[in-house]
Amino acid sequence: MKEEFSNIGKAIPKVDGVLKATGKAAFGADTSLPGMLHGKILRSTVAHAKILNIDVSAALQLPGVKAVITGKDFPWGTKFGFSSQYRDQAPLAQDKVRYIGDELAAVAAVDEDIAEEALDLIKVDYEILSAVFDPFEAMKEGAPLIHETNPNNICAEAHIEFGDVEKGFRESDLVREDEFHTQAVKHGFIEPHAALALWEPSGNVTIWANKQSPYVASRKMAMALGLKPSQLRLVQTYIGGGFGSARSDPHALDFCAVMLSKKTGRPVKIVYTMEDVLVMGEMRHPFHMKVKTGMMKDGTLKAMQIYAVLDGGAFTSIGPITLGLAALSTDLPLRIPNVKYDAVRAFTNKGHCGSLRGHGVPQIRWALGQQLDMMCNELGLDMAEVSIKNAVHTGDITPRGLKIQSCGLTECIEKVVAASGWKEKRGKLPPYRGIGMSTGSYYTGVRISGHNSASCIIRMNEDGTASVQTGATDIGQGSSTVIAQIVAEVLGLRMQDIAINSGVDTDFTPLDPGTYGSRVTFYSGNAAKLAAEDAKRQLAEIAGNLFEAKPEDIIFMNRKVYPENNPEKAMKIDALIRHAGQKMSTDNKTIWGRANYDYDLPYMDFKTGKGNASVAYAFGADVVEVEVDPDTGKITVLSSVGAHDVGKVLNLTNCVGQVNGSWIMCQGQAMFEHLIRDSADGHVLNANFMDYKLPTAMDIPRKVEHILVESIDPNGPFGAKEAGEGASVGWLHAFGNAVADAVGERFYDLPITPEKVLRAIKNKQGETGAQSK
Amino acid sequence: MKQSMSFKINGMIFEGEIDHRRTLLEVLRENFGLLGTHKGCDEGQCGACTVLVNGKAVNSCLVLAAGVQGKEITTIEGLARDEKLHPIQEEFINAGAIQCGFCTPGMIMTAKAFLDRNPDPTEDEIRNGLCGNLCRCTGYFQIIEAVTKAAERLRKEA
Repeated sequence: MKEEFSNIGKAIPKVDGVLKATGKAAFGADTSLPGMLHGKILRSTVAHAKILNIDVSAALQLPGVKAVITGKDFPWGTKFGFSSQYRDQAPLAQDKVRYIGDELAAVAAVDEDIAEEALDLIKVDYEILSAVFDPFEAMKEGAPLIHETNPNNICAEAHIEFGDVEKGFRESDLVREDEFHTQAVKHGFIEPHAALALWEPSGNVTIWANKQSPYVASRKMAMALGLKPSQLRLVQTYIGGGFGSARSDPHALDFCAVMLSKKTGRPVKIVYTMEDVLVMGEMRHPFHMKVKTGMMKDGTLKAMQIYAVLDGGAFTSIGPITLGLAALSTDLPLRIPNVKYDAVRAFTNKGHCGSLRGHGVPQIRWALGQQLDMMCNELGLDMAEVSIKNAVHTGDITPRGLKIQSCGLTECIEKVVAASGWKEKRGKLPPYRGIGMSTGSYYTGVRISGHNSASCIIRMNEDGTASVQTGATDIGQGSSTVIAQIVAEVLGLRMQDIAINSGVDTDFTPLDPGTYGSRVTFYSGNAAKLAAEDAKRQLAEIAGNLFEAKPEDIIFMNRKVYPENNPEKAMKIDALIRHAGQKMSTDNKTIWGRANYDYDLPYMDFKTGKGNASVAYAFGADVVEVEVDPDTGKITVLSSVGAHDVGKVLNLTNCVGQVNGSWIMCQGQAMFEHLIRDSADGHVLNANFMDYKLPTAMDIPRKVEHILVESIDPNGPFGAKEAGEGASVGWLHAFGNAVADAVGERFYDLPITPEKVLRAIKNKQGETGAQSK
Repeated sequence: MKQSMSFKINGMIFEGEIDHRRTLLEVLRENFGLLGTHKGCDEGQCGACTVLVNGKAVNSCLVLAAGVQGKEITTIEGLARDEKLHPIQEEFINAGAIQCGFCTPGMIMTAKAFLDRNPDPTEDEIRNGLCGNLCRCTGYFQIIEAVTKAAERLRKEA
């Protein structure tokens, strides 16, 4: 029997939709305080140098300038980072600068123009050091050291091995070895970073900022500022797009707003320009991969070996996690008994890399998914059939220890094959048309280390409404809406009966690590469900006494409460809440539902990569069809069809929006986006949206279709898993396979530009002397 | 140099002593508190700051405020009338055309100017009409759907 829900699964509009549609949602730069000063940040103009001296005297004399700070104004030698082993970032550069764009100094002035003018008056004396921009060069003996603590510029490594790959390759009918590369791409949010800070005489500081993981940012800030966590309060504004660590980590502007406020005694606001955003660190890791796969004639996968070099940029950020997460692609989504995975992240004199939607997995899938297609083609096999043959299933425990508790992968493949016309089109399309497919899997919250649990508090109000406080951060993905839906569903209320906090305030909202790793619906959603059930249980006890019924037999429906077999006794929920809270006796009680959620998963072994990384895994399969113009090399994406196992659809509109957005970010990486650098000094050459090309409404596929598969996860809230990142995992290689099918040549690096396509067509014509593919 | 300026914004007169080098975007946000118009790239590439000047969609970051005195300026704050949302706003909310919402005001103002000019557009025309406004969250599909539905409604209501 299908369970009936009043709002779960429906296309419910966003709770903050009206505010956002009318321009009333306050974003980072929209926050102001009386007497506020404006700050600007000075960036390094050299790639690698010792800082000998920074002379700020001329800047301080400019009328309107109130303070200038450098690295010396912060606790000397105190660094921040995601774990004790990897702390290498300071609020401003202290001993040296490590890339063009590294932050050196900051100015507070009465307006932004004066602050900017003052930057030109700061004189920096450098002792230039030789620099290195290529990760392979960086790891060679004798390369300039970017951090003295890290020989050969090796930031971190990951090694995972199970089975016997050599034996697996020996037993294979076909073994292929290929190299693939991916490029640096930015998060591409449209709202620049912004921070407003107020240092109070008590030594406490409040910062208003557009952070997607406010608790992560505030802890790191307190660490680097030498404050106790409770002394630093971070109030999150609305956030103009997130997509990864760029919005989770504190940046120079956050620290400098605080320190300039301390120095001047006035509130200080700093808003980055889009050039700042594109020049600074935080972007997707470029991967350089050698991949080797062994397969039997019938398509059975036998062995896989991966060697990946990640270009990390100047700092660690979250890079060691990227190395580990990317390994998800080894034994998911396809079964494979023998794997060797070796990955290394190298420092280079460029802005640092971090997490971005899909966090490491799309890059590895770009390589493996194309190689699988090549091997299927060589053996005359259908990639869809091979994928089904090797697909993981519910109940699988992979060789590495990933435990699959719900899996709709086979259903996804079957449905995407049917909906896309894969069987009819594969190998039968006209010249310069191509079709490609992909499969993928992604974590629903990663359990590697650190804080993962989520919490929620719900107050039942006298008018029958509920006020929900969540620690989750809605960055546009719609978590506030989904959490409100969950609470309404449990308590028998309507959406308009739920009030939910629009942002996190680290002093007051429930603790939650933030928005990353596709954890929010699952963890924060479960916390909200448990908190609502807690409130319901308390109300049911009181109702049970009134109705002389057992609390577990009390039904909450349509804002009414009644015993299961006696609906005519129904009492309005607001009357019950008032009865509980306002009766003239000592046992009166305000109903607060409270809960904390975590899943009791043992920590995985970070050294060996063995163990279970997540409580639930999402799955998906995509088919992409393209057309190539042989005269211009321009690629048009004709259609993109995807089937996504999201566990359970909680909000249809949000779910579709997440997979749409995920795909089009990938399309940007596949076709247009590339942070290009000068080969001599590594500075960013395209730090604007004219030259760094995000997809526009003109570029997207002519047609899209989504099939949402519900595998009902046993631990997800109402069975839900993640939906926002998993869809990014397969698109790159589905597209790569489609272009290869259209052109008849394989592309090993990204983006696939018209120039590359034309070159490939020319090569092909040179080989065959023919016009057709 | 500051000079006395006067603007007609959303049907009301706004006046101030304003430096002649300030852009319309800066004046809207900093002088008149109309924060619904967002500063994204500040270089005319993202469209987040789109407003209407005499009914035409412009990037307000590229327009000097001094030059649009006396013209009819409409910002996102002026679109809803008598507390009733404009059909474009309603369809954006219903279709899921809004995720983070940062590009939304500019996108809606572009859609308004576009539909005023072309009330019965094809999907290709909508895609073309919106291509100066970047959105990183939605992948545009639900925005196109919202504009299509808004066009239908506006035609019926006209």
